[in-house]
Amino acid sequence: MAILVGPDTRVLVQGITGRTGSYHTERAMAYGTNVVAGVRPGKGGIRHLDVPVFDTVAEAMTETGADASLVFVPPANAAAAMIEAIEAEVGVVVCVTERVPVLDAVRVRAALEGAKTKLVGPNSQGVLTPGGCKLGVMTTVHGRPGSIGIVSRSATLTSEIVAQTSAAGLGQSTTVGIGGDPVHGIGFVDCLKMFIEDTETQGIILIGEIGGAEEEMVADYLKSAKASKPVVALIAGRHAPPERRMGHAGTLTMFGRAGADDKIKALRGAGVHIAPNTQSIAETMQQALAS
Amino acid sequence: MNLHEFQAKEILGRYGVPVPQGKVAESVAAAERAARGLPGNRFAVKAQVHAGGRGRAGGIKLVDSAAEVGRTAEELLGLALVTKQTGPEGRRVDRVYVEETVEAERVLYLAVLVERRLGKVALLGAEQGGEDIEERAAANPSIIKSLAVDLDGGAKTSAFQAFAKSLKLAGKLEKKAVDLFEALIKAFVEVDASLIEINPLAVTKSGDLIALDVKMVLDDNAMFRHPDLKGLHDKDELDPVEMKAQANEINYVRMDGNIGVVVNGAGLALATHDMLTDAGGKPANFMDIRTTATSLDIAGGFDLLLDNPNVEVVLVNVHGGGLQRCDTIAEGIGISLKRNRRSLPIVLRFAGNNADYGRTLLRNYGIAFIDAADMGDAIEKAVGNVKKEAA
Repeated sequence: MAILVGPDTRVLVQGITGRTGSYHTERAMAYGTNVVAGVRPGKGGIRHLDVPVFDTVAEAMTETGADASLVFVPPANAAAAMIEAIEAEVGVVVCVTERVPVLDAVRVRAALEGAKTKLVGPNSQGVLTPGGCKLGVMTTVHGRPGSIGIVSRSATLTSEIVAQTSAAGLGQSTTVGIGGDPVHGIGFVDCLKMFIEDTETQGIILIGEIGGAEEEMVADYLKSAKASKPVVALIAGRHAPPERRMGHAGTLTMFGRAGADDKIKALRGAGVHIAPNTQSIAETMQQALAS
Repeated sequence: MNLHEFQAKEILGRYGVPVPQGKVAESVAAAERAARGLPGNRFAVKAQVHAGGRGRAGGIKLVDSAAEVGRTAEELLGLALVTKQTGPEGRRVDRVYVEETVEAERVLYLAVLVERRLGKVALLGAEQGGEDIEERAAANPSIIKSLAVDLDGGAKTSAFQAFAKSLKLAGKLEKKAVDLFEALIKAFVEVDASLIEINPLAVTKSGDLIALDVKMVLDDNAMFRHPDLKGLHDKDELDPVEMKAQANEINYVRMDGNIGVVVNGAGLALATHDMLTDAGGKPANFMDIRTTATSLDIAGGFDLLLDNPNVEVVLVNVHGGGLQRCDTIAEGIGISLKRNRRSLPIVLRFAGNNADYGRTLLRNYGIAFIDAADMGDAIEKAVGNVKKEAA
C-alpha cells in the first residue's frame, strides 16, 4: 500500500530537459519509477530519455495518464509550474526546487485551497516508497521495503534514519520530505493522517527541528485524535545557538513557540515517544512497537 | 537581507506610510548638517546597525540642538554597539540616522509577515508597542492580534476596519489605520519582504499615525526580480567568514568551541550538534554544506575551518544524498588539506551515496583519518581526540 506513491504511479517530470531534471529522472527510472512523460514549454513533440515531452501538464496527462509530477523548474518559474500542475489536478506533486521566493509559495498555497492535488515541497527531497517508486532526488542505497512511515523536514537526516530503520530490520513503507521552506504543501499532520490510515505502516517517525510550527500542530492533532500506532519523534536543534538562523529559512523563534524544548514537551504530552538522539531512533521505535 | 532603518523608512515613505523626516549621516559634520535641515529643536540620533534592542543598548539618543547631534554622532560613530541580539562583540556603527522627534500620545506594535501555519501573509498588531513586546507576547500571547490577508486583494476593508478597532484605533484614526495597513501590505508584496515591523507606531497628539522605527527584511530568494534593491545590501554588516561561506554555498556560523564540524544538510547538522554537545564536545562552528556546493566550494568552506586556530579536531559527518554525494565532499576536503598543510585529527563518518568511493578518494589524497562507523562512534572519537590534546 504505502502512501502517496507506489509501483503503479505514473510520473511526469516538469523541467525534464534541464541538466538537473535529466540527471534525476534517469536515476529515478533506474530505480524503477514509472516515468511516462516530460513537460517543457516550447519543446512539445520531442522525446527525451525515451519518453514523450509535452508543452503543458494537461496535455501530458491526457496523452499518458500521468497522475504524479516531479518539478525541477528553476526558482523564478517554479511557482507557475506548481500552479499549472495543481490546476491540471495532478494527484501528487513533488517540487524539488530550492530558493523559491516565499511569496510565490504563498501564491501556490492559495492555489491549493480546495484543490485535489497533494503538494510535497518546495525544497523537498521528495517521496520514496522503497521498491515501488522514487518521486524525488533522495539517495536510495539504504531504503528497504518495510513497515515504518517517515516524515521529515530534512533530507540528509532522513537518509540517516532510513539507514537505521533498515539496519534494524524495520524498513520503510514510505518516506516523505515536506521540505525545508517556511511555506510548503502538505505538512506533518497530513502525512501522519495518511500513515495512520495506511495498512502497511506499523509505526511512524517524525523528524522535526527547531523553528516553524509543524511539531506543535502534530501535538494539537494527536490530542484530539489518538494514533492507533506508535509515533516516535526526534527534534533536532536542542543545542543550536539562540536567536540564530541555522541554514533552513525561518528557524526564527517567534513568541516562544519554536524552541526544541517546547516542541518536545508538546509532543510528549500528546503521547509521542521522543528519541533522545539521532542514533537511538530505531531503538526507540522497536521499544514502542514492543510495548 | 536585512535593511537599515533609514532604508526601510525610505521604501515605506514611497508607499505613503507616514515616517518622521530624517537624514542618514556617516560623519559628525554631516550629522550636524542633517539636524539643521530638520524641523523642530529636538532630534533623535539613531545608530544604524542590523540588531534589535538598540534603544536599551544606548544606540538611540534624544538631544536638543544640532551641536548636540554632532557630539552624539561622534560618540556613536565607530562604536561597537552591543545589544541583546549582537553577541558580546557588538556591531560597529558606521552610520547614524538623524531624525525629527514626534510626540506620541500612545505607541502600538504593527508587523506584516508570512504566517507559516496558514501559509498566508498576515498583519500582526498589539495595542501597546515598545522594545519589550517579545517578552510581553511570550508571557501573554493574546496581546498580539492577527489578520490573515489574501494576496490577490478583494474586499477586505471591513476586515481592516475590524483589525484597527481591535487595536483601539477608532474614529478618525480607524480610516488612517486602514490606509496604513493597505500601504504596508502593498509595500510588502511589491518589494518581496519577509518581514516589516513597525515598533513603535505612534499616535500623535494631532491624531496622526507615524512609524517611529521600522525593521524590514527582504526575501533573499526573490532578489532576482529586484535588481534595484540589491544595492541596499550592507556587506559591512556581515561576518566576513560567514559571508565567504555563503559565497561557497555553505551555511556557516562561528561558535566558540574546539571541534570543527562538517555536515551536509541543516537538519543533520543540528542533530550532530545535539549529540556532540550531549557528549561534552564543543563545536567551533555550525556548517551545512548545501546541495549546490561543488568540490571547490567545499574546499573553500573547509579552509575556513582550518583557519580557525581554536579547532583541535575535525568531525566530518556526511550522509551522501541524491544531490550532494560523499565523493564530492571528500574531494573538497582533499583539496583544502593539500593547500593548507595543517595537520589535525580528522574523524570521518561517511554514509549514503558514494560513501566508500569518498573514503577511497581521501586515501588517494594521502590523507589520514579516523574512520567512524556511525554518528555515535564519530562523536565519541571526536570528543576523545580533544581530551587527549588538552592533556
